[in-house]
Amino acid sequence: MSDALMPYDDVVARFDPALGLEVHVELNTATKMFCGCPTEFGAEPNTQTCPTCLGLPGSMPALNARGVESAIRIGLALNCEIAEWCRFARKNYFYPDMPKNFQTSQYDEPIAFEGYMDVDVEGETYRVEIERAHMEEDTGKSLHVGGSTGRIHGADYSLVDYNRAGIPLIEIVTKPVLGTGAKAPEVARAYVGQLRELLLGLGVSDVRMEQGSLRCDVNLSLAPTGSGTLGTRTETKNVNSLRSVERAARFEMQRHAAILAGGGSILQETRHWHEDTGVTTSGREKSDAEDYRYFPEPDLVPIAPSREWVAELRATLPEPPHERRARLQAEWGFSDLDMRDTVGAGALGLVEETIAAGATPQSARKWWLGELARRANESETDLASLGVSPADVARVQALVDEGKLNDKLARQVLDGVLAGDGGPDDVVAARGLGIVSDDGALTEAVDRAIADNPDVADKIRDGKVAAAGALIGAVMKDMRGQADAGRVRELILERLA
Amino acid sequence: MSAPETRTAAELADALASGDLTSVALTQAHLDRIADVDGAVHAFLQVDAEGALRDAAAADERRGSGQPASALDGVPIAVKDVLATRGLPTTCGSRILEGWVPPYDATVVARLRAAGLPILGKTNMDEFAMGSSTEHSAYGPTHNPWDLTRIPGGSGGGSAAAVAAYEAPLAIGTDTGGSIRQPGAVTGTVGVKPTYGGVSRYGLIALANSLDQAGPVTRTVLDAAMLHEVIGGHDPLDSTSIDAPLPGLVDAARRGADGDLTGVRIGVVTELGGEGYQAGVLARFRESVELMTRAGAEVVEVSCPHFVHALATYYLILPAEASSNLARFDAMRYGLRVTPDGSPSAEDVMRVTREAGFGDEVKRRIILGTYALSSGYYDAYYGQAQKVRTLIARDFDAAFERADVLVSPTAPTTAFKLGEKVDDPLAMYLNDLATIPANLSGVPGISVPSGLADEDGLPAGVQILAPATADDRVYRVGAALESLLAQQWGGRLLDQAPALEGAR
Repeated sequence: MSDALMPYDDVVARFDPALGLEVHVELNTATKMFCGCPTEFGAEPNTQTCPTCLGLPGSMPALNARGVESAIRIGLALNCEIAEWCRFARKNYFYPDMPKNFQTSQYDEPIAFEGYMDVDVEGETYRVEIERAHMEEDTGKSLHVGGSTGRIHGADYSLVDYNRAGIPLIEIVTKPVLGTGAKAPEVARAYVGQLRELLLGLGVSDVRMEQGSLRCDVNLSLAPTGSGTLGTRTETKNVNSLRSVERAARFEMQRHAAILAGGGSILQETRHWHEDTGVTTSGREKSDAEDYRYFPEPDLVPIAPSREWVAELRATLPEPPHERRARLQAEWGFSDLDMRDTVGAGALGLVEETIAAGATPQSARKWWLGELARRANESETDLASLGVSPADVARVQALVDEGKLNDKLARQVLDGVLAGDGGPDDVVAARGLGIVSDDGALTEAVDRAIADNPDVADKIRDGKVAAAGALIGAVMKDMRGQADAGRVRELILERLA
Repeated sequence: MSAPETRTAAELADALASGDLTSVALTQAHLDRIADVDGAVHAFLQVDAEGALRDAAAADERRGSGQPASALDGVPIAVKDVLATRGLPTTCGSRILEGWVPPYDATVVARLRAAGLPILGKTNMDEFAMGSSTEHSAYGPTHNPWDLTRIPGGSGGGSAAAVAAYEAPLAIGTDTGGSIRQPGAVTGTVGVKPTYGGVSRYGLIALANSLDQAGPVTRTVLDAAMLHEVIGGHDPLDSTSIDAPLPGLVDAARRGADGDLTGVRIGVVTELGGEGYQAGVLARFRESVELMTRAGAEVVEVSCPHFVHALATYYLILPAEASSNLARFDAMRYGLRVTPDGSPSAEDVMRVTREAGFGDEVKRRIILGTYALSSGYYDAYYGQAQKVRTLIARDFDAAFERADVLVSPTAPTTAFKLGEKVDDPLAMYLNDLATIPANLSGVPGISVPSGLADEDGLPAGVQILAPATADDRVYRVGAALESLLAQQWGGRLLDQAPALEGAR
């Protein structure tokens, strides 16, 4: 834990970082990769299993065609080549939560390879080259009981949950990302963030890092500036938030640099990331490459996606996020900063739909990033699951524009919508929240205010029109904020003329 | 012989259909026979009298209401212990699976149940189907009913012996390198290895996935065809299973029974029948070819030059796949668990359990396979073997251009003595010389009893191979040869087997 660090500015002055990112994505297929078991998250342990995903003797895999389709769509979205013919292979190694003690994966014949994604960091674009995207199955999950660390050492016993075993995974591996300099940690974060957005747009995964449906390993190495070589890398496993991706990369750069500057050398190893302390610690040494004894899986026939099918899938790909953002920003006239905030808040699609429902870009943005973002934050949920639809937001804004609500009332209407009382019009009707501009009711309130505040009335009669504000306030209070302020002012001046 | 257990499955099906016999009586007769002779033969690892009688009663009920589930409804069967049977222990002949009761049925077993065949029990086998003599079973060897001091073949010696000893009219075996055909040859029974993918492998505990094939073990070719039609056909749970209807196998066997082979081209494989073959085995083979010629067949010599490498190829591919398949037996979820003293790690438990749970032959092949797949050796061994496999498939293609079926002796010798080769793996491996090429290429084959070798009076077999998916051809030619030989002998070969001690 006592790894010394080099100040970051010194690191980037002396070294060139090389990044490598391996992202595991759990697909959101209804059933597992090789059997018909459901894939729902959070079910009771071992309730979503069968002979095949438990690896019972005699059981055999049968391929989930939807998983292959998702893999191809991901490959296409990452500008990859799609293999004309590929196979699954067995990756043989032992682990108690691995049902067969081999993982059905792809080895030298991935379904997608040689692609790229353009990543934006503060207005600059970095091209991250994709080496491969391949299909594999997830393993089970071990729970080590007893002991203080939750790790296997010191535990009294271990429990294994196989619900996750066999859930389809796509592993996306980048080539070494070079030339990012001081921006390496930001590029890492932006890559994973953009990848998340892309997968979300494809609808192939829930991409919830906190639930493990998107897991990122950060490989990092340093080489002396300008040397043009690659240093020894470390692999920080299972970093589970975008912020941590950036922090872990930065930490490893500072740690590597301190060791190299001190004449030491980097041990090729896996490392664990600690979210709470912001450091990595040594995991497993990986100095000699493990021998996985790969060979083609004999129980599965090769996959040969027809070119027609691939073309069909390509034709139905959603607009790439990068292009979509540029298009929307131009359409909406947002500044770079506004656009980044909107994307960062996960509100891009919501704003787009709100505009489609009739709101102006600025007003759509105002609601989602202001009032609604605050409420999402308070209730620890995300905007999309807040319970307010883009159509609701557009309707509230329309009521404001029509003069039927002011800002304060509009917020109360949203309260009602959030409480499940129906759409904005239902809430206005049920709670009587509309602005009152009926002269009869307003005149009565104005007269009451004049009667209650004779001094103020006198001042106005004397020509001190500015004093009208106090009377307006009294009327508004009387009418619980629902009075049309402009009309109230006119009435006051009329009565006291 | 009139006892029901000596009749063929086809005859029994007729008797059940006509009401001359009930399935309960038939099943009980076989259970009695097992009780009488299995102490000497040891064909069974597990007998399920209760389950078999319950299923037999259900079969009788279906017959009674005029709704039999299949032609073989009510005819009992024995199943090799390599197939998962729900509720019935399945051990693969290994200590490591002792007492394991699968929660599911293999597709073959599910189809037997759906067709109404009562399952008598699970038959003995070489551990994880590794062997040619059933001496590698962790539960002791099976004895050949023709001579109890001899091996019944392997790995499916239990299935073959059960059928030969009249303990079961039908049995299921599996054939990875000849484990249905070679035991068939040395016990005087009929054994069929269907086309790879013709019978589902789901629930068949894999030895070598790219070679394994379940198939019928019977006393006649027609019985095998009937059983094959019950268990065969596409299974979505096995992605390597062939998605096409089976050819008419029973029809082919019935057509063949007239013994007419006019216009059929029979290819005698030069490489399968020379050095290393016992004289009596070769003599019976030549007689068979002669009979087929007289029945109108055209005989051609064909050469398959790469067959000489088949054994070496097989012994690289098989252990490689097996080493990976056997990795799951790690004491974590099922079967044996041996826990060393102290506070052992998961690795310690695996190591000690596998040491105690696997026999020598299994360990030998795991080590061979692990080596053949390891980095740096993969290309030299596994990769090279796959290339030779392709060449062997091309030999078959060329041979089938010139011949409709290929023939050879099934095994080079008759049954050898128990213990004779158990410490000499290479000598043991040579037994599968003639059967292995079919597994490497996926083509179907049958072994038909060809008579008794002059020097020891023990059964020998003729193997008939056909191109992939042409399983009907092996039944047609097999039935023809069977009928020609029966005319010559004046009856079935098995009728010449000595009575077993204790047999009624």
